[in-house]
Amino acid sequence: MHTITASLLFSALLAPTVFAGTLDTVKERGNIKCGVTNGLTGFSNPDKQGNWEGMDVDVCRAIAAAVLGDSNKVTYVPTSSKTRFTALQTGEIDILSRVTTWTLSRDSKLGLNFAGVNLYDGQGFMVRKDLGIKSAKELNGASICMNTGTSTETNIADFFNANNLSYKTVLFEKSSEVASAYDLGRCDVYTSDKSGLAAQRLKMQNPDDHIILEDTISKEPLGPAVRHGDDEWFDVVKWTLMALIEAEELNITQSNINTFKNTKNPRIARFLGTSGDNGKNLKLAPEWSANIVKAVGNYGEIYARNVGEQSLLKIPRGLNKLWSDGGILYAIPLH
Amino acid sequence: MKTPFIHNKNRYQQLYKALFGSTINTVLTIISLYFLYLTIPPIINWTIIEANWLGSNASDCTNDGACWVYISVWWQQLLFGQYPSEQIWRLVLCSGLFIVLLIALIFHKHLCTPLQKRLLLISTLFYPVIAFALMYGGFLGLPIVETRFWGGLFLTLVIAVVGIVTSFPLGLLLALGRQSTLKIIRLFCIGFIELWRGVPLITVLFMASVMFPLFMPQGVNVDSLLRVLVGVSLFAAAYMAEIIRGGLQAIPKGQYEAAKATGLSYWQSMFIIILPQAITLVIPGIVSAFISLIKETTLVYIIGMFDFLGIVQFTASNSEWIRYTKEGYIFVGLIFWVICYSLSRYSRTLEKKPSH
Repeated sequence: MHTITASLLFSALLAPTVFAGTLDTVKERGNIKCGVTNGLTGFSNPDKQGNWEGMDVDVCRAIAAAVLGDSNKVTYVPTSSKTRFTALQTGEIDILSRVTTWTLSRDSKLGLNFAGVNLYDGQGFMVRKDLGIKSAKELNGASICMNTGTSTETNIADFFNANNLSYKTVLFEKSSEVASAYDLGRCDVYTSDKSGLAAQRLKMQNPDDHIILEDTISKEPLGPAVRHGDDEWFDVVKWTLMALIEAEELNITQSNINTFKNTKNPRIARFLGTSGDNGKNLKLAPEWSANIVKAVGNYGEIYARNVGEQSLLKIPRGLNKLWSDGGILYAIPLH
Repeated sequence: MKTPFIHNKNRYQQLYKALFGSTINTVLTIISLYFLYLTIPPIINWTIIEANWLGSNASDCTNDGACWVYISVWWQQLLFGQYPSEQIWRLVLCSGLFIVLLIALIFHKHLCTPLQKRLLLISTLFYPVIAFALMYGGFLGLPIVETRFWGGLFLTLVIAVVGIVTSFPLGLLLALGRQSTLKIIRLFCIGFIELWRGVPLITVLFMASVMFPLFMPQGVNVDSLLRVLVGVSLFAAAYMAEIIRGGLQAIPKGQYEAAKATGLSYWQSMFIIILPQAITLVIPGIVSAFISLIKETTLVYIIGMFDFLGIVQFTASNSEWIRYTKEGYIFVGLIFWVICYSLSRYSRTLEKKPSH
């Protein structure tokens, strides 16, 4: 999540390289080069066969399905948090899908364009199940384990003061120390980014004894980024994300998508590509959005499979629910 | 040095005296034994007795001990990274050839005929080409395997071997250049050596992977592994140069003068008289430089490559296996130890051999 001063400096010195026509390049090359992490549970990690899987990986597969009609036509390029921006700036990758927080400085100075958000992460709380706590507002008087010297501390202070709750902090230098202190019962609550909490939970002696609360008290919008000045490609990535959400709004899933052939619903017909010009406008095949859902499912399915209730991580959907269910996901009209 | 011959009985007496000779020794012995009693049984218990050996899932690890199932499930990734399964025979062939060549080189003194020696020289020179062709592919119908799929022990060995093989001749030239009477050569070599020795390897890797591409013209992409290999080789060469210089300076001046007096040219006197003696002197230094190079290759994880150590972190990001990094690290540590220890043993036998 930290910006590297050096890469900021250098990208400021060098005028951001303009790569036009990634969409055409990708179509010609027949595959997408997708920058992912070098291993982060739930976002980009190896499955049992050693193939890539995860939230960020599914975004790449969705784009490949939309552009090339085949979600397997992706080359995954592992990047570290230090090399990720250079890899995108120099054209080593076509898209950066790597738990990257969308911020103003990255969107402008680093020459990136964030195409949207595929996961609203943020600071959350983990507690023992047997405490019977359902919401962070019930944490009055709790002792809280966390890292020192990060924004984590200020977020906690703000949240507890705003809700008139008292608390006690137990501070540690390293995340592994925080986790083991919490596991040994030195505090009631463990706070960190939710995705991080979920991974740490699996390392506890009895992962099932702990739950992550729904509350999110800070903003870490994670999303895929492309290069500045390549609007066609930017649009494709942006509308791929939208299509995933639209599919969930329309209740179109990987398993039921073939049952809508004779639909009277104009939104569904547009989504399947049987009417309207969505594909043509994006320079894609008419069935681009149907291909996405056939390949990876809708947003809800991706979430459940990789980080949600079907995965071991079991991160509550929280803000990542549809707007109609109390979250903030909202598909811009696809017409 | 040989230890003086001691009769068995004396040896026990000596041992007894060393352990229980005085009050302090007795107390120390008892404390050490107690410490060993506290640590050794739990370690054996965890690694062997209570360990889980069989299975194919994390859920098969029901005992409290180590979950060695992790190694059996992920061995292919640990050894070869993401290299496609159906192409792995190419890497096996490469390492087979490498081992044969290595054995032939170690025992080359026993090869008698000049023809055999020439064959060995030719195959040594051509091995890198053949090995690279096999690993990368793109000829005779072998599909290309891009370097981003290279990983695990294989990648670690590629970086280490390339670093070792290129840094030695480069370091040799730099060491000789540093002693050159031509000022410009000497200054260049000193500048090069001091520049590279003045920065940590991690900086070199960052320059190679993050900065270098930014300086290249648009659309020019040099393979990231190649950039790393060049960086590692130059870095190691600078250290090698200083080690060899130490050997050169230890040779008495008389040897240089005698070589000159017999009418040998500069290169002849260097390669026939000086270097064989100088290099024999610094074998321990050279080998420890190689050993630290092998271990330093693990830094490439930070720039997004899956070396032998990094692949453990990668495979353990699978949510089912997230708890079992310990087993992976122990396995990797063990293999690293075997490699480095055998290198250092080999250097001991080299030292004992008379030079030429």
